Amino acid sequence: MFTTETFASILPEILILTIGLLVLIIEPFWKDEQKRNAGWLTAGGLLIAVAISLLFARPGAPVETLGGMIRFDWLGFFLKMLFMFAAAATALLMMDHEQAGKRGESYLMLLASLIGMNLMASSADLVMLYLSIETASIPLYILSGFLVNDERSTEAGFKYLLYGAISSTVMLYGFSLLFGFSGATDLYEIAAALTSGGTPLLAFGVVTLIVVGLGFKISAVPFHFWAPDVYQGAPTPVAGYLSTASKAAGFAVILRLFFIAFPEFSQSWTVILAVFAAASMTVGNLLALPQTNIKRLLAYSSISHAGYALIGVIAFSQLGAASVVFYLTAYIATNLLAFGIVMAFSRITGLEEITDYAGLSRRNPLLGLMMLAAFLSLAGMPPFGGFVAKVFVFAAGVQANYTWLVVVGIINSIIGVYYYLNVLKFVYLYRLPGEDEEKRPVPLTQPYMIALAVLALGVIILGTLFGPFYAWSNAGALNLF
Amino acid sequence: MVPLSWYLILAALLFSIGLFGVLARRNIIAILLGVELMLNAVNINLVSFWRYSDVFSMGGQVFSIIVFAVAAAEVSVGLALVISVYRRRNTVIADEVDMLKW
Repeated sequence: MFTTETFASILPEILILTIGLLVLIIEPFWKDEQKRNAGWLTAGGLLIAVAISLLFARPGAPVETLGGMIRFDWLGFFLKMLFMFAAAATALLMMDHEQAGKRGESYLMLLASLIGMNLMASSADLVMLYLSIETASIPLYILSGFLVNDERSTEAGFKYLLYGAISSTVMLYGFSLLFGFSGATDLYEIAAALTSGGTPLLAFGVVTLIVVGLGFKISAVPFHFWAPDVYQGAPTPVAGYLSTASKAAGFAVILRLFFIAFPEFSQSWTVILAVFAAASMTVGNLLALPQTNIKRLLAYSSISHAGYALIGVIAFSQLGAASVVFYLTAYIATNLLAFGIVMAFSRITGLEEITDYAGLSRRNPLLGLMMLAAFLSLAGMPPFGGFVAKVFVFAAGVQANYTWLVVVGIINSIIGVYYYLNVLKFVYLYRLPGEDEEKRPVPLTQPYMIALAVLALGVIILGTLFGPFYAWSNAGALNLF
Repeated sequence: MVPLSWYLILAALLFSIGLFGVLARRNIIAILLGVELMLNAVNINLVSFWRYSDVFSMGGQVFSIIVFAVAAAEVSVGLALVISVYRRRNTVIADEVDMLKW
C-alpha cells in the first residue's frame, strides 16, 4: 500500500507542513521585533523544500497514489515547485509589512494555502479536488481580511469569502451531479463512464456549474467582480499571491479536469471557455484604462491575463497545455514582481495612486528599472517572459483554428500596452512637484532586495533562456494525454 | 422505494432556495445561511446517488462527510470575518459594506 512513491508524491506537502509547525512552535518565543524572522524561516525553508523535492521526489512515469487521490506526474510536480517559489517570494515580501509581517499566523496561513494549491495541482479525484480547493481558499480568506484594524482589509476578506463560498458551492453541486452521472469520483473513471453514454445536454449543464467555481479561482469574466476589491483591500503581498499562485492553481485544476475528465465534450466546453476568454481580455483591459489606483489596475490586468492563458486551454492540444503552463510560469514571476514593487513603494510612502509614482526612477533607479521590466513583461514586450508566453499561447490558438480569439487577444495586448506604458510614463518622465527626488528616496530593505532581484532575474531569464522551462512545461503537458 | 428523481428534485429545490437567499437577502448572516442550504442540497445529492448506485463503494459517503467538514470550516471563518466587519462598521448589511468600488 505505502511505497516510496506514495511518500515521494506528497513529500513537498510534508515539508511545507513541517515548516508551518516550526513557525508555530518557534514564533511565540521570539520578541516582537524578532518576529519578522518567521519570514526568513518560511522562505528559507521553502527553498530547502524545493531543493529536497528536486533531488529526491522527482516523478517518473505517472502513477496514482493514496488510493487514487493524488496523481504523481510532471505537471503536478512542476506547478508545485512554482507555487512553493511564489510562496517563498511572498513570505519575503510580507516580512516588512507593518502588521502582517510581525505575526506568525500570517506565514502559517500562507503555508496552509500553499498545501492546498500543491494538492490542487496533483489531485486526480473529485473529493480531493474539492478538499484541496477549499484548503487553498479558506486561509486566503483569512489573509485578505488579516488587518482587523483596517476597514478596507476587513471588507476585502469578507467580500472574498462571500464570492468564494457561493461559487465553490455552485461548483460542488456540479461535482455532485458529475458523481451521480458517472458513479465514480476518480477523474479517469469519470472519463470512461462519460464516454460510454450520457446526454450532452446534461454534461453541458454540469460543465457550466463547474466553470463557475473555477472561473472564480482564475478571476475570469463574468466571475471577476471580487478581484479588484480584494486586491485593493488585502495586504499587498497577499494580493500578489492571490493574483499569481492562486490563479495558477485554478488553471492547474482546469487543465486536469477538462483535459482528462471531459475530452468527449471538448466541443461544448471549448465554446464556453472561448466566450469567457474573449470577455475576460476585453473587459479586463477596457476597465483597466480608467483606473487611478495601481492595485486596481493590476487587478484588471490580471483579469485580462486569465483570458490570454485560457486561449491555451481552449486550444485543447499538447502545445496548448504546455503554453498554459509556461504562461503561468512567466505570469507568476512578472506579477509577483509588480506587486512586490507596489508593496516596497507604498511601505515607504503610504501611497497607492498611479500619479504618486512620478519621479520614482530618480527616487530609486533600481526600483524604477525593475518596474520597467515587470510592466513591459506584462505588456508582452521582448526580451521579457511575458512576450514568449504570449507567443506560445497565441501559436496554440492559431494551431487549433481559434484565429478569431487570437486576433481578439492581439488587439487586447495593444490596448494593454497603453495603460502599462502610462504607469511607466509617471515613473520615468514625470517628476515630483518640488523636483526634490534625491531628498525623498525609496530605500529597499534586505528581504525586498532579495525577492525583487530574484523575480526580476526570473522575468528576464524566462524571456531569453526559456528553453528548459518550456521543456518542463511540455513534459507536464504530455502527462495530460 | 422512493424513486431517485424525488431526492434529486428535493436537492435542486433546496439548492434554488439557498441560491435565492444568497442573491436576495441583504443580511450577511442570512447570506451565509443560504450557502449552508446549498451545501446541504449537495449532500442530499451525493448521499442519494450513493444509495441508488453501488452501495459498496464508499465514494459518495466520504465525499459528503468531507463536504460537512469543509462547510463547518468555511462558516466559522465566515462568521469571524463578519464579526471583524461588524466591529469596524457596526453593520451586518452587505450593501453598506461598500468602501471598495471602482
